[in-house]
Amino acid sequence: MKAVNYAVLALFGAVLILAGLSLPDRGDPTAPLNRDKSAAGTPNAPSYYIRNPERDAATPNMVTVILADYRGFDTMGEETVILTAGLNCFLILRRERTKEKRR
Amino acid sequence: MHWELEVVLFVFLVGAALVALESRNLLTAVVSLSVFSFLSALLYAAMGAVDVGFTEAVVGGGVSGILFVVTIFRTSRKSKD
Amino acid sequence: MMRRDDDAIISLVSRTVSPFIMIFALYVIFHGHYSPGGGFQGGTMLAAALILVRLAAGSDLAQLQFPRSWGTPLGSAGVLIYWGTGFVSMLCGGNFLNYAFLPVSGPPPHHRNLGILFIEVGVGLAVMGILTAIYDDLLEGRPHD
Repeated sequence: MKAVNYAVLALFGAVLILAGLSLPDRGDPTAPLNRDKSAAGTPNAPSYYIRNPERDAATPNMVTVILADYRGFDTMGEETVILTAGLNCFLILRRERTKEKRR
Repeated sequence: MHWELEVVLFVFLVGAALVALESRNLLTAVVSLSVFSFLSALLYAAMGAVDVGFTEAVVGGGVSGILFVVTIFRTSRKSKD
Repeated sequence: MMRRDDDAIISLVSRTVSPFIMIFALYVIFHGHYSPGGGFQGGTMLAAALILVRLAAGSDLAQLQFPRSWGTPLGSAGVLIYWGTGFVSMLCGGNFLNYAFLPVSGPPPHHRNLGILFIEVGVGLAVMGILTAIYDDLLEGRPHD
């Protein structure tokens, strides 16, 4: 059983390495994501996000501006997910203590 | 530029993952997963994604390890397979 | 955690280190505009500082620092700060989460700067409260240490 597990693991690793080899190089300026304009001639979102956070939000850290301003809805959903996880833990695990108190 | 550093980090990363996979003691597996998280955080930082690396170090190496340890103490410490 | 022997070194070190972790976490939250970091990372570090004292001194003693009943309300308050920022900007005439319409003075980029700050504070509060609450809930009902 263990040999089968490791064989599957090695196969999966080989597939991942093969997929990674065909990715563009890191920071390649001719990669589709890093180009200024997309293939259809419209401006790409990453170049806008890199150029404009200082002008739009007076904040030098573009990651913060993207997370909290340009993509604020995403972060809001993430917050709601965390709150839901906490409330689920509260609802599932808290029952024990109230039972003990009633005893 | 940093490729030698990254190769060393990747070797340690695979080693930590294999230790976490192999060990029968689940506490060892948790510690080794924390090591995995820190190493991947270093890799992210070496690749230039400092924010992602920071999040990985704080969440993966800190809090998720604590939650795993609490869960192990509530269940069982030995791996079954 | 299961059998806590009152080790003086562990309790002293954890009590000493915890405030410094909190200070660094606050720095990470409030300096997130200029350096890597932000609400999520800072909130997680705040929760780590609280959980460190809970691990070292036991949950009962740590109630003096951060009571068990505060976690979920603080987390909900953080999420409310986030949604409230969005709703305030909506009430003042803009779209939801469009910080340019926040009722503060200054040009619109500074409005967005302040809106990002509010949101980071909300995220930090939410993550801190929820993570501490999850830790407390996991150890609930167990004769701890």
